[in-house]
Parts: sequence; structure tokens; C-alpha cells
Amino acid sequence: MHDIEKEIRESKSGMTMIVKTIVRFAMGIIILFGAYIVLYGHLTPGGGFAGGVILACGYIILTLAFGKDIALRKLSDQGASIMDNSGALAFIVIGLLGYTGGYFFLNFIDHGKRFELFSGGIIPLCNIAIALKVTASLFAIFIALAIFGKFISGLVEEEE
Amino acid sequence: MDLFLLILLVFMIIGSVIAIETKNLLSSVISVGVVGFSLSIMFLMLGAPDIAITQMVVEILILVILIRATITTDNTAIERHADTFSVISSLIFFGLFLIFAFLAVHELRPFGEPLMRVSKTYLATSAEKTGATNVVTGILLDFRAYDTIGEATVLFTSVVGAFVILRRRGRKHKRESDTEKVGILEDADIKKDFKGF
Repeated sequence: MHDIEKEIRESKSGMTMIVKTIVRFAMGIIILFGAYIVLYGHLTPGGGFAGGVILACGYIILTLAFGKDIALRKLSDQGASIMDNSGALAFIVIGLLGYTGGYFFLNFIDHGKRFELFSGGIIPLCNIAIALKVTASLFAIFIALAIFGKFISGLVEEEE
Repeated sequence: MDLFLLILLVFMIIGSVIAIETKNLLSSVISVGVVGFSLSIMFLMLGAPDIAITQMVVEILILVILIRATITTDNTAIERHADTFSVISSLIFFGLFLIFAFLAVHELRPFGEPLMRVSKTYLATSAEKTGATNVVTGILLDFRAYDTIGEATVLFTSVVGAFVILRRRGRKHKRESDTEKVGILEDADIKKDFKGF
């Protein structure tokens, strides 16, 4: 952990010290807000898609402020693709589990009390699956456009 | 309320016209952002906070991606050809659009009184059938979960497309058929060929 801190402080990539400091404070709040929007999606406005986009924005801010090396260490493109696929698989598996009671996407879990966090059956689980998927895929699209795309435009020479 | 919505609409139209007409790509992207944020405020005022949140967040993401993309690639101002054919054809299509829009708007119900045959049932029974107090999420993930799967598939396909087209370098598998097609011969092959002479 200490090595990463030192490396972040010494690395020249990314934006200035002011941006890096503010992003370090704001990052936790952004992730917390995104998680709140996802987990309370069945009670208050929001849901898996909106919360997932907020989480993806958090990672994108990290990429813009600290440069691609440190951001890709937090969530690499391989990791993003695994997260994307597991989210999609989880969503489909939840749908298929509905066949235990009759049909596709049956809300087979007990609905619980209204206005409670653990209520709504499969809906919070679906929200979490979609949030995983949206976070990973939007971050992956950003990586592809901003980092891979540089090599295509020819403005930046290939590193390897 | 209606006046405020009209002002926002005019603001959005001005923003989109500027986005098309301006030469600078960066200011064009910012004008697109103006349109999106005004749309988000409109959704908020019309009582759709779910869509307002999604619209605002997606707009921020798109602005970041577009600014990043327009800065890294070449800024080329598109030159305009004042072609008589394009002017006449666009005028004709705009006239056709006006005629059909006039006919279609007459068939629409007045603003604020939508036809709610299916959605009445959803509104009435969503809370007890799904257990979710947010009706929008209840509809999206319970009544209409198939549509959500379609949306997830669209996102998945777009990611696969972006990775395939923009990945760092193509995968190179050296196959024997490739060397034969291009006609590249290894040293050993050349020696083998020349042995016959």
C-alpha cells in the first residue's frame, strides 16, 4: 500500500497536484453515492443503470486525474471484461431461476415488507447485476476510446 | 410551468443549432451538453426523477468521452459545399416532415393526458405485486425485465465492438498459408527451392 502511495505522489502522468488531491477526496464520495443509488434503486429514484454510470464516472475521473497506469491497476481492461460478463451472466441466471416457480423472470424470492432495504424479491439483485455490467462496460468503452484510440490516431507513438 | 418548459425548449433548439453550425469541435460538444442538461431539467420538472438522474449522469459521461475523443484525434473542420441539389432536397424533405408532423400532432392526445391503458394496471398493482416501492424499477425489472435484458445486450454488443475495432494491435498468428499467400519464404525454404537448380 505504501509503495502505491509513494508511486502516485511521484508519478508525473495525469493532471496537476490540485486535481489529484481533490479527486482523492471526491472518489470515495462518488463511489458511495453510486452504491447508494444502486442499492436503494427499488425504494428511491435511481437503479442499476444510473448507479452503474455514476460508478463508471468515478473510475473515469480516476483515469483522467492519475493517468492510465494507476487507473488500470485499480480496474484493468481484463478485469473490466470479467466484471462485465459476470454481471450479464448473473442477470440471466436470476431470470432463469424464475423457472423454479413457473416462468422466466418470476419474482421468486419473498417480497418482504414495503419500504425496507431487503424487500422487492429479485429486484435489488437484478439492480446489482446490472450495475456491475454497466460500470464495467462503460469504463471499458472509455478505455477503448481514450487509451486504445490514441494509437490509431497516430498522434501518440506506440509505446511497446 | 409551461412557460418555463417552452423557454427550455427554445434554449435546447438554439443549443443544437449552434452544435451543428459551429466550426470548433470542442464548442460543438459543449453545445450538445447544453441540450442534454436542459432535457434533464425538463424531465425533473415533469415528474420523472429516475430518467432525470440517468439523463444527467449519461450526459456527463458522454461529454467526458467526447471531449477526450475530440482532443486526441485530429480536429478537422468540415468544409461546406453549397450545392443546389442538397439545398433543394433538404427543403423538400423538410416540407414533407412538416406535413406529416402536422397530421400526426393532430392525432396526439393533449399534453399531460397520455393514453394509459396498460400502465394504469402497472401503477395500481406494482407495489403489491413486485414489492418495490419505486414503480419505475418495479416495471423495469419485473413486468418488463425482457426489455432490460435487451438493453443489457445492446451494451454488451457495443463493448465487444469497441474492443474489437479499437484494440491496441491486431492479433498475429503466423500460419503457413499466410506465408504462402504473400510469398514470403524463409531462408531454409529458399535454399530448398534453389537445390533443384
